[in-house]
Amino acid sequence: RAMAELPPSHSSASRAAALAAAYISHRHGSPGHGLALRDVRRARREDIDGIGHKYHLEFVLEDIFERDSTVNCTAEVLYHLGNKNSAPDVQFTIEGELKNTDEADNVFYNRIKSLKKELEAENIPDSYGNVPPEMQPIRALAWAASGYVIWQNSAEDTKYQLAQIKRVKQVKRTDEYLEFDYVILLHENVSQEIIPWQMTVLWHPQHGVAVTQNGRLPEHALD
Amino acid sequence: MKVFLVFTALVVGTFSEQLFVGDQVLRVVASNEEQIALLRELGEQVDLQIDFWRDPTKPGRPADLRVPFPRLQAVKVFLESNGISYSIMIEDVQQLLDEEKRTMMLSRRMERSASKFDFASYHTLEEIYDWMDTLVADHPNLVSKIQIGESYEKRPLYVLKFSTGGSNRPAVWLDTGIHSREWVTQATGVWTANKFAEDYGHDPTVTSLLDTVDIFFEIVTNPDGYAFTHSSNRLWRKTRSINTGSSCIGVDPNRNWDAGFGDAGSSSNPCSETYHGPYAHSESEVKSIVDFIQSHGNVKALISIHSYSQMLMFPYGYKRTPAPDHEELNELAKKAVSDLAAVYGTEYTYGSIADTIYLAAGTTVDWAYENGVKYSYTFELRDTGRYGFLLPSSQIIPTATETWPALLDILVHVQQHLY
Repeated sequence: RAMAELPPSHSSASRAAALAAAYISHRHGSPGHGLALRDVRRARREDIDGIGHKYHLEFVLEDIFERDSTVNCTAEVLYHLGNKNSAPDVQFTIEGELKNTDEADNVFYNRIKSLKKELEAENIPDSYGNVPPEMQPIRALAWAASGYVIWQNSAEDTKYQLAQIKRVKQVKRTDEYLEFDYVILLHENVSQEIIPWQMTVLWHPQHGVAVTQNGRLPEHALD
Repeated sequence: MKVFLVFTALVVGTFSEQLFVGDQVLRVVASNEEQIALLRELGEQVDLQIDFWRDPTKPGRPADLRVPFPRLQAVKVFLESNGISYSIMIEDVQQLLDEEKRTMMLSRRMERSASKFDFASYHTLEEIYDWMDTLVADHPNLVSKIQIGESYEKRPLYVLKFSTGGSNRPAVWLDTGIHSREWVTQATGVWTANKFAEDYGHDPTVTSLLDTVDIFFEIVTNPDGYAFTHSSNRLWRKTRSINTGSSCIGVDPNRNWDAGFGDAGSSSNPCSETYHGPYAHSESEVKSIVDFIQSHGNVKALISIHSYSQMLMFPYGYKRTPAPDHEELNELAKKAVSDLAAVYGTEYTYGSIADTIYLAAGTTVDWAYENGVKYSYTFELRDTGRYGFLLPSSQIIPTATETWPALLDILVHVQQHLY
């Protein structure tokens, strides 16, 4: 076992931290609350023979709705050697309390539940970076859900970000859950590719975000 | 205004291009009543076709006469032999008309001055190109526009030259928008170009800088891509060149340079976003810059601006070996990044490309460095992924504002360490 200190600005540190941030987004995100990576404070890499590379990280996350609101985190990210089908293992701790967004979540929940017609939207943000206020929760939900997709598909040489929601369509349900079908664009920072991805997202204020179905889409799916 | 009078004084409505070639306007001063009478008689001779712009009234008061070219000799002889003093007020009326027409056409296009442009919005290619002309018109002694080539789809590649004179002074090259989807970069380019023009003569640092070095600034380095991001695909990155044998279009202009060309960190697949192209400098957008910088021969720094990630980087991208000037480039980057953060708290990382972001072969910065341009840097502007390429326009001016001191740090260092 060999442990090496990495400069926090090093590419492998920032990729591992982005992955940890995505994972945390998925676990703690909701329509009223989103977390994004602000910066990396410390990074060490442990090479474990026959297992893989484990990154020990200290980083800062910011609230996507309130940039001045930040939390410190630590995480361990283990990229498994050789097995491309296995998502990296992530363990994390958040220092202190996260903002309580029950009210914002409930407002959104009730709003969608009372819609006569299923919600549908495109291009969030638009070309100019605009997100209409009523679409902010839809975007935050996608942010959290894409965290799951990113986590599941990341490797040591990839760094994914949610680039845009191309389409979102609400799927009416008879139970208490809200369901949305998203087509998103992921930006992979190393290859620079823009990858269309489908995800079916379930959410309830008390039950968090679940991605029940997801898959890469072919290029022409956007036409 | 005299010039305006010329236009209105002439034939109302139509005028042909060749109507007044060689015609002159003579300012004549009669010294007594007899000479006034002679001048009036002159005007009455129809065959002379003299056109009085200002009639002879009293002795001592000037009269202005437009005399057609074929009659000039006869009229001058008449005036001289009668002792009537005159001077040539307008040497060639047609020339004046042509200049005036050009000025009027220019000012009709430029309703606003360059500094009234809406810097807080994203603009189309046409709007940016029009604005460039406004900037040149507003600062004619500092800024000029050069065309260095054409894009694949035959759009002009324009470079703004900032120069206070000299002959082939040491120069700095700046480019934005080489990857078309990185919209905050072209927008920052416009703001920054305006800032150089506005600050010259007012800010001591900028004034001293431009009194020593020239700046060449290509704001829309990939115009075909930029037009495509407006018309069809907001997230288009590459050029729009057709790749033989493939249905996929475009070459990554930041993998097409002859430095580690084709190595790891670029792709040989035309469908890839990092496709390096069939050979180095295959893209006219790239070749035009290569030719320009090489023939200039005195470029000391190159700064290529991208987004996003909030990084300031220097060579190498194509290999992990530190560049010979790593220490100096690293220290300067550290300072620049610190001064950038001081504006709004925006944190950047810095280092070599290979260490900080990824291995990338065939980049602008590596080529420049290996071709005598010691101070080669690349910026990745805001943000770190929250909006990514789709950065809200409300962040354009803050981004440009915070990047400015970092740019100046580099430029001033270059000015103080010319080689």
